[in-house]
Amino acid sequence: MFLAALVPAMLLAGGALGVGPKQLGADPVRTLLHSCGLTALNLLLITLAVTPLRQLTGWNNVQRLRRMLGLFAFFYALLHFTVYAWLDQGLDVKAIGADILKRPYITIGMLALLMLIPLAVTSTNGWMRRLRKRWQRLHYLIYPIAILGVWHFWWQVKKDIREPLLYVVMLGVLLGYRLLRAPLRRLLTSRCGSATVRERT
Amino acid sequence: MTRPTDPRILPSDITRSELFLNRRRLLELGVAGAAFGASGVNHLALGADAPPPVDRYKAPRNAAFSVTETPNTLEEISSYNNFYEFGTDKSDPAMNARAFKPTPWSITVDGEAEVKGSFTLEDILKPQALEERVYRMRCVEAWSMVIPWVGFPLGDLIKRFRPTSKAKYVAFTTLMDPKQMPGERDRVLDWPYVEGLRMDEAMHPLTLLAVGVYGKVLPNQNGAPIRLVVPWKYGFKGIKSIVRISFTENQPRTSWSGAAANEYGFYANVNPAVDHPRWSQATERHIGGSSLFAKRQPTLPFNGYASQVASLYTGMDLRRYF
Repeated sequence: MFLAALVPAMLLAGGALGVGPKQLGADPVRTLLHSCGLTALNLLLITLAVTPLRQLTGWNNVQRLRRMLGLFAFFYALLHFTVYAWLDQGLDVKAIGADILKRPYITIGMLALLMLIPLAVTSTNGWMRRLRKRWQRLHYLIYPIAILGVWHFWWQVKKDIREPLLYVVMLGVLLGYRLLRAPLRRLLTSRCGSATVRERT
Repeated sequence: MTRPTDPRILPSDITRSELFLNRRRLLELGVAGAAFGASGVNHLALGADAPPPVDRYKAPRNAAFSVTETPNTLEEISSYNNFYEFGTDKSDPAMNARAFKPTPWSITVDGEAEVKGSFTLEDILKPQALEERVYRMRCVEAWSMVIPWVGFPLGDLIKRFRPTSKAKYVAFTTLMDPKQMPGERDRVLDWPYVEGLRMDEAMHPLTLLAVGVYGKVLPNQNGAPIRLVVPWKYGFKGIKSIVRISFTENQPRTSWSGAAANEYGFYANVNPAVDHPRWSQATERHIGGSSLFAKRQPTLPFNGYASQVASLYTGMDLRRYF
């Protein structure tokens, strides 16, 4: 899994060096920028899919992958920002600052990246122990981060919103599952309960 | 926009559909060939695809109307395109325009003009002397190229149609043919694509109708067989594969400004001082050439053509009429 998550980065690095199957095309900076951003978003959604997958299938092993997937999402988001700041903007601090303040889609993307930092830092076993219950609360930040990430994607598209729409739907399913799971279970158990009662009478 | 890259599928794993079809055709012909002796070989030769762009439009360079920067390569110019009729990704047009048939072609001329009707491309081109012009191209998405177009001034053609005094604008329409232009099956824009110019903009000597690039017939993905080039405006004004030219009294409703009037104006003059609502227009990334680390370059007013065209807009508030 570790190696699989590194494949996109290796393909892009290969493309930048002119080796391997991935070609960066006429505008390599844009290709790097978008590929890193999309990979971050993909990994973020995959991370969010781990818990539902475990609950629905009972495969408890997948839970162990969640931390690594989340850290890789952070890794690609950081690469995405690095490509933007360095290759696209040439480390022009003034231009980057103006962009972050003036361009709402960059503002929210930056916000999502900043929010990922504490999650990455506190991802170790030590921090989990130290923070206990607060760790869980802190890591609920992943939900607003994912929403901001998808929004960031949506907002920079010129006209064809079909692809960001797909991400909205996937995120909607992943978040909707969490919102509806508890009430649905309650509903199901209470139904079963009343059925049993009726049988007894 | 790029597609999501699925790390499990390498681009090299995917057989391009046309290759796949060619292979299948080869197999079929091979079977036919086996059945009818050696004749299959001849069929194969006949079945070859359309010839590659020929040097049909070799034309002398008009140095007075050319920039001195090094042009982008034909590969860059023909592989990185915004031509939504063939898909919204930059690499879609090169792939999806292969089967497009730019011949035969005719253009309908209508509206406020004395000479109207349907004209074949040959009719249109016959009296025009072609010339090469190296122009800057600035996309509204903040990237740029330098392109050696081959064409002739739009104004020369307009004079032949003798527009009346009522003709204040010229509107252009792209071919509407979802069979050939698969992007038109999706309602990304309100097809067919329409663009327009004010009459004085259309008559300006810089405004070009291009039929070639690098002395070759225009590749399909670049707007074959005939397209507009207005070098001081954002690239989307350069409507491609034109089938209709209409002279109108009122400002035509153009595709992008109709789709999002707050983001894309009718004028769409390149202007570093007026940002797109979502991104800065102050700088641009020049496509191609050196390295990943090339710096963005400042965008120039009217894309560097201010001395020739700024006078068209004296007294106009360019923030309002962006």
